[in-house]
Amino acid sequence: MTEYLYLIPILPLVGFLINGLLIGRIPRPVITLIGCGSVALSLALSLSLFFELKALPADSRMIEQVLFTWIVSGNFHVSMGFLLDPLSAVMILVVTGVGFLIHVYSVGYMHKDPGYGRYFTYLNLFTFSMLTLVLADNFLLMFVGWEGVGLCSYLLIGFWYHKKSAADAGKKAFIVNRIGDFGFLIGMFIVFWQVGSLNFVDINAMAPAAFIAGGSLITITCLLLFVGATGKSAQIPLFVWLPDAMEGPTPVSALIHAATMVTAGVYMIVRSNVLYMMSPDALFVVAVVGALTAIFAATIGLAQNDIKRVLAYSTVSQLGYMFLACGVAAFTAGIFHLMTHAFFKALLFLASGSVLHAMSDEKDIRKMGGLKKYIPITYWTFLIGTLAITGIPGLSGFFSKDEILWKAFSSDYGHPVFWVLGFVTAGLTAFYMFRLVYLTFHGPERMDDETKSHLHESPKSMTVPLIILAALAIAGGWVGMPHILGATNYFEHWLEPVMASGRNAVDTHALMSTSSNAGMEWSLMVASVGLVLISIFVARMFYNKKPELATAWQKKMSGLHKLLLNKYYIDEIYGAVIVRPTVYFSLFLWKVVDVVLIDGLINGVAVVYNDLSESLRQVQTGRVRTYATWFAVGVVVLIAVFMRG
Amino acid sequence: MIDYTSASIDFALLGPEIALLASAFLILVTGYVKSLGKLSPGVAFVGLVIALVLSLNQWGNQSSGFFGMVTCDDFGSAFKVIFTLIAILTLLMAHRYLSHKSLNRPEFYALLNISTMGMMVMANSTDLVVMFLGLEIMSLPLYVMAGMARRSPESNEAGIKYFVMGAFASAFLLMGIAFVYGASGTTDLRRLVTDYHYIVGNFKLYLYSGVAMILVGFGFKVGAVPFHSWIPDVYEGAPTPVTAFFSVGPKAAGFAVLLRLFVFGFAYIGLLSDVFWVLAALTMTVGNIMALRQNNIKRMLAYSSIAHAGYILIAFAVGGDSAVSAAMFYLVAYALFNTGAFAVLVLLETRTGCKSDFSELSGFSRLHPYLSSVLALFMFALCGFPPTVGFFGKFYLFSAAIQSGFIWLVVIGVMNSFVSVYYYLRVIKVSFFDQPQQTFVPVTYSPAIIVVLLITLAGTLGLGLFPQQLLDISQSAIFAFL
Repeated sequence: MTEYLYLIPILPLVGFLINGLLIGRIPRPVITLIGCGSVALSLALSLSLFFELKALPADSRMIEQVLFTWIVSGNFHVSMGFLLDPLSAVMILVVTGVGFLIHVYSVGYMHKDPGYGRYFTYLNLFTFSMLTLVLADNFLLMFVGWEGVGLCSYLLIGFWYHKKSAADAGKKAFIVNRIGDFGFLIGMFIVFWQVGSLNFVDINAMAPAAFIAGGSLITITCLLLFVGATGKSAQIPLFVWLPDAMEGPTPVSALIHAATMVTAGVYMIVRSNVLYMMSPDALFVVAVVGALTAIFAATIGLAQNDIKRVLAYSTVSQLGYMFLACGVAAFTAGIFHLMTHAFFKALLFLASGSVLHAMSDEKDIRKMGGLKKYIPITYWTFLIGTLAITGIPGLSGFFSKDEILWKAFSSDYGHPVFWVLGFVTAGLTAFYMFRLVYLTFHGPERMDDETKSHLHESPKSMTVPLIILAALAIAGGWVGMPHILGATNYFEHWLEPVMASGRNAVDTHALMSTSSNAGMEWSLMVASVGLVLISIFVARMFYNKKPELATAWQKKMSGLHKLLLNKYYIDEIYGAVIVRPTVYFSLFLWKVVDVVLIDGLINGVAVVYNDLSESLRQVQTGRVRTYATWFAVGVVVLIAVFMRG
Repeated sequence: MIDYTSASIDFALLGPEIALLASAFLILVTGYVKSLGKLSPGVAFVGLVIALVLSLNQWGNQSSGFFGMVTCDDFGSAFKVIFTLIAILTLLMAHRYLSHKSLNRPEFYALLNISTMGMMVMANSTDLVVMFLGLEIMSLPLYVMAGMARRSPESNEAGIKYFVMGAFASAFLLMGIAFVYGASGTTDLRRLVTDYHYIVGNFKLYLYSGVAMILVGFGFKVGAVPFHSWIPDVYEGAPTPVTAFFSVGPKAAGFAVLLRLFVFGFAYIGLLSDVFWVLAALTMTVGNIMALRQNNIKRMLAYSSIAHAGYILIAFAVGGDSAVSAAMFYLVAYALFNTGAFAVLVLLETRTGCKSDFSELSGFSRLHPYLSSVLALFMFALCGFPPTVGFFGKFYLFSAAIQSGFIWLVVIGVMNSFVSVYYYLRVIKVSFFDQPQQTFVPVTYSPAIIVVLLITLAGTLGLGLFPQQLLDISQSAIFAFL
């Protein structure tokens, strides 16, 4: 089967081509069949390849399929090849699995939209790009996928392009990502300059010799790559586009802006873990940025009133967790959280989409309430997602988050401060998520009668994916239970071969000390669960039992509330410091440099040529006599030249 | 003195020429019978295909015969293939055009094949007299073809002008050959090369003035400035498929002879590089500047063909195998996209009252999005944009020149192709962005012209993506005499 590896990305590409080229000419059932079917086939193929990979001995679980040589220029050699190893196997399962469920969900969600065909075309293109990104065997092909998902993100955020806010959000996402891509590209260039190859296998083998571990060059390279990751994965300082990206259709938010694309930065760092292991400074920066983003975004989430924006800030915060894990060299924990987060956050987004569906697209939670009895399936699945993200023991989020917190505390690259930041974030997360649950589903019904009369549970095509995702949100974490519970961490074993090369690169004996302090681990776990429970209780007090308490506190700390509500005025600060000066500088370049200097020069040359052409035309009289004269002159001159020479 | 080693009378060497001649005679003889006259395009086509196959068969065969008058080598065979392909494309696009303009007479096809045969004789020879013979066999039918539209004053003018100027040039050429013969006692290029030092030591003056006049004669055929002035009038007046043939066929033949003469025969004359430097620079510049202000596309393409000849002349100034093979590459590339552009014009002109003025194109893209895109692609190729073969043609030429240190010539070349973008893109601008002034009559396709468009399109794009193969072929072709 492994020879069919290339089909995994190609199948959605075929779907994209068929749906895209025949847009408007094929009926909806066929669009649905092609759109969902291509991803379903990819999923089936991914599953069978996963089991095939699993059957191999652990140290030979790496299949590289080179299709053809893509670019050759001097010593620059890039192949079009795919790499299936434990890491990319996890990623393709997440992308095709969650992706397929979201495709199915979209059938119900988008059924009334006139852009149905265009929507599925983009969605297939996205799946193709994302699979290329995770399966690429070299940085450049990965970058192709990286840009492809960026393009699809832009197209899908602005899917309803007639809405100015959606079109603007699309542009914002694209431009902010370009800044990150710039860093990524330069980082890639340095890697090629030093290693002489962009192939991941080659880099893993040769980087330790090509770079000086702990040197400044490797740190700069890693930081530049990380700049790319902060753009794609919405970390400080480039996170501003993600909340705005919620202008897109909700399934898109679930697929691209929660489960898959935004985690590409995490994947990229784990993929180049060999490089990062050689630069403790870069790891430190990653950990700091991750931890700060986690707590920063969580605080903003406390005050938002748009159901999707709360979830968006939550995504930024959870991505921060993943980077924190990478920063303390717990790459496995990062990928583990990436996977569980994909399940529960996709679930939460899809459930919120179901809420919007019922609420006639009203997004403000202050105008909801009491929805529990109208849309029970949505409620229960949303609740499961919430419990999973808050880290209630037994659910998937608990295991992955707990592992990150423990690693942040205990890893050689960790520090108790990182733990404290993650710990507080966990409390905040529990608070804003339950605020969301109580305001949306419990309490008095605050919507108008018109909306109320339309309240209805979503169709099967939407609820079934919700139920499946809910099951995954519960059970998805059981593959990675901590040792202290007496279980085996299958997930860690599975990814072990990918991480081994990174550890070998730094040549230390026991960096990831298995000699765990069980007592400490237990107490930290109990502490974080305790904080989560307290936060839930407070949220219940504020938003369900005694709502007057919430308003009182809001008044008491109105300054802080306003700051949070306005997202720390980050957009305004960026606007004043970066955007507006850039606009003025561009205006100068346009009006002065371009119009006056360059155009003046070009037009001047054109005028000269024009006049020259006009006067030379006089020579072309149309009389043979004139022609013969010129001819004769030419002959005389030519002969004279030859005679002299 | 007679070269007995190559004295054999071997008709296999002349296979393609004989096939063409036979088909032409067949057409002329049967043309009297009206019902048989309809078959003449088919006969001509069959003759060309046979000639093509025979020419391909000659590849790799190196011999000479007829007392050294006929030489068969890869250089000649490659050019024979080029000539037959050009003639086939011309035939395919001419048939319906000629019927439409009531010019469809059997003689056209006979003339086409005879002219093609003349080109083959030119490319296949290392003897000055045979070259001259080939030139005249090629040219005489061309004069008739240019003036073939008897009722059109422009066509008559084209025929007369071409003939008068052509005769003028031939006179110089013949005079030059006479001078060279007087100086050396031979017309065989190989003898001229071996005896060069003796000849130049004793009769330098005669030899040099002879070479100068030979250069004039063939410079006229390729349209080098200042021997170019006939080109715009003739190209504009001649029926469009004939113009398409003019712009690539005789030009390629002229360059084939020029390559043999000045890269092989007279290569020892040190002065040549400077002379060609000036000719190239002058030809490029005048061609491009004059093309800027034309209102007729055929006339614009006429000047453009002068400019392209200028680019190819760079290779003569540079010399060396990489430059010469680049020139050969360029000739093939230019034949492809220029013929393609003319094919679109032929299609446009099969509508009544059209004479390929720029203004007639407005509204073109609304009615014919595909055809106008194809035309746009050929214009991009003429500009030399990737991914068309036009890019690699210029790239190989210019890089060969830079490697040999002809920086300034390349600067002039690049500046010129920069200027050329203006008038080529004007075609695109008019057909895509101008408001249609009159109602644009739709074009009707014929299968033959679609074949022409597909071949030229495939060549322009395919060789633009994978140019290496053609470059390899032209490199091995020029090994025949380098």
